[in-house]
Amino acid sequence: MTIKLGVPSKGRLMEKTFDWFAERGVGMGLAGGEREYSGRVTGVEGVELVLLSAGEIPRELSAGRIHLGVTGSDLVREKLPAWERQVVELEKMGFGHADLVIAVPRFWVDVDTLDDLDAAASDFRRRHGHRMRIATKYHRLIREYLREHGVSDYRLVDSQGATEGTVKNETAEAIADITSTGETLRANHLKMLSDGPVHRSQATLFKSRNAEWDDDTLSVLNGLKRTLDLLD
Amino acid sequence: MSDRAAVRAEAARLLAAFQEAGATPVDPSILQPANTLLDLYGEDIRARAFTTADPLRGEQMLRPDFTVPVVQMHMQNGDEPSRYCYAGEVFRRQESDPARAVEYLQAGYEVFDPRDPATSDAEVFALFSRLLAPLGLRVATGDMGVLMAAVRGLTASDRRKEMLLHHVWRPRRFRTLLDRFGGKGARDRRKLLQTADPLAKAGPEIGLRTRADVLVRLEALRAEADEPPIPAAEVELLDDILDLKETAPNVLAHLRDMAVDMPAIADAVARFEARLEALETAGVDVATLEFEASYGRTSMEYYDGFVFGFYAEGRPDLPPVATGGRYDALTRVLGQGRSSPAVGGVIRPALTLELAT
Repeated sequence: MTIKLGVPSKGRLMEKTFDWFAERGVGMGLAGGEREYSGRVTGVEGVELVLLSAGEIPRELSAGRIHLGVTGSDLVREKLPAWERQVVELEKMGFGHADLVIAVPRFWVDVDTLDDLDAAASDFRRRHGHRMRIATKYHRLIREYLREHGVSDYRLVDSQGATEGTVKNETAEAIADITSTGETLRANHLKMLSDGPVHRSQATLFKSRNAEWDDDTLSVLNGLKRTLDLLD
Repeated sequence: MSDRAAVRAEAARLLAAFQEAGATPVDPSILQPANTLLDLYGEDIRARAFTTADPLRGEQMLRPDFTVPVVQMHMQNGDEPSRYCYAGEVFRRQESDPARAVEYLQAGYEVFDPRDPATSDAEVFALFSRLLAPLGLRVATGDMGVLMAAVRGLTASDRRKEMLLHHVWRPRRFRTLLDRFGGKGARDRRKLLQTADPLAKAGPEIGLRTRADVLVRLEALRAEADEPPIPAAEVELLDDILDLKETAPNVLAHLRDMAVDMPAIADAVARFEARLEALETAGVDVATLEFEASYGRTSMEYYDGFVFGFYAEGRPDLPPVATGGRYDALTRVLGQGRSSPAVGGVIRPALTLELAT
């Protein structure tokens, strides 16, 4: 009996994931050439590697098609409703750090906090006749965050890329996006709100609650946890 | 009979009772233009309603309730007074609780009558009480009108009052604003507000919110910084109102006392009293009627007067069996310049059926 472990299939996230497991005695590598998306695992019994796009790992965890998965905590929170009922965070892995932030044009000197954003949004709606638009791909996270903080009079518009450019292009008045250094925000004349990020994301090892867990798979999981030194 | 057919029959029974009470049955479309709902409820509605798209009509939503289409229909061509009833599916997206229904039947009754709001409030509540009486439900009532009158009566600028009224339905933000206007936790922004040209090094003007918008808000911030805090006694009185939770006659006695210190609520208190009298006349046992001033503040935006809900005792897992209230403000928003006093409510036939058997 094996358990399936989903890991990002390319780029720095994949390399860092491999490094993280290697440091803990679990070897991972691509099975064939670099272009083949299947992998092998050494140093622990019964774990099968499944290479997936990081964005698909939450869905696969939710469907129970993989038992474990490595992906950003932001993606799990955005893509899985009531995520805590579907997955368990086994370990924060300490890389892939990025903050989900709300950012507004730097020349909005009157707006530093969510409080300001709310007041500015009300004024904007009155003066311009429509709700202030916030461009993002993190619809659920932003909507829940703004609801929790009682911000109204805004509207989310979908932006799947180059989100920082939407303000200049006048398709949004503000944005909510992932940033690690704030460099792109500054280059696009934006600043983040001072309340702190909506979510501090990092690569995280998740366990699916919906995958098949029986004595066999649980014993493989415990073996892996022992090797990784994750026993609670 | 299948479950669905039984619920449908229960909805038909309620609809017939509403018709007998004098309402005209109406049957609004299931697909509603998304823009109207988004404009009304904001982004939150996307989390609660199913959005679909039509190449010609753009985004449409599966109706999350009947109130909006019924109000629109009435505001376009309704006579007054009018009574409407309906029974049909509503659709609710569920993002967090898989146990909650995404599709269920609602039977509703709505009264548009400008003559005597207290009597209309009592009519709707008494009708619902009578229909639901066999189920022995717990009843909650409230009155957004008292709270809103108290806000309007504060010693504060119109801008402060508008901001508070805007957030009456969002208790957390309301509290933040009230604390700040009361002098607690206000940020010191003198540096920004006293700078000769605060936008000097602020970077280029980008996007549709313009320099002029920023300057207007800075002006408002200056005015606010100069404005004295709302007197502590008034904030306290508002808190006392928010904390009211007793039987209706006791609440009335308290409100009368409070109106001595806050004359601005006198009219709202008089309306509250008139409603209690009308309820009594309509046969409601007012002496035991529970009243909670904060009731209706979290989930019922656009209710701006009397609000009520019926709950199954000992079944916290169930949503309310029936809810309703007065929504004059909604008719103003949807009426394109017109408005009409309106009150109504809905019952969930699936729940009345489940609780009856």
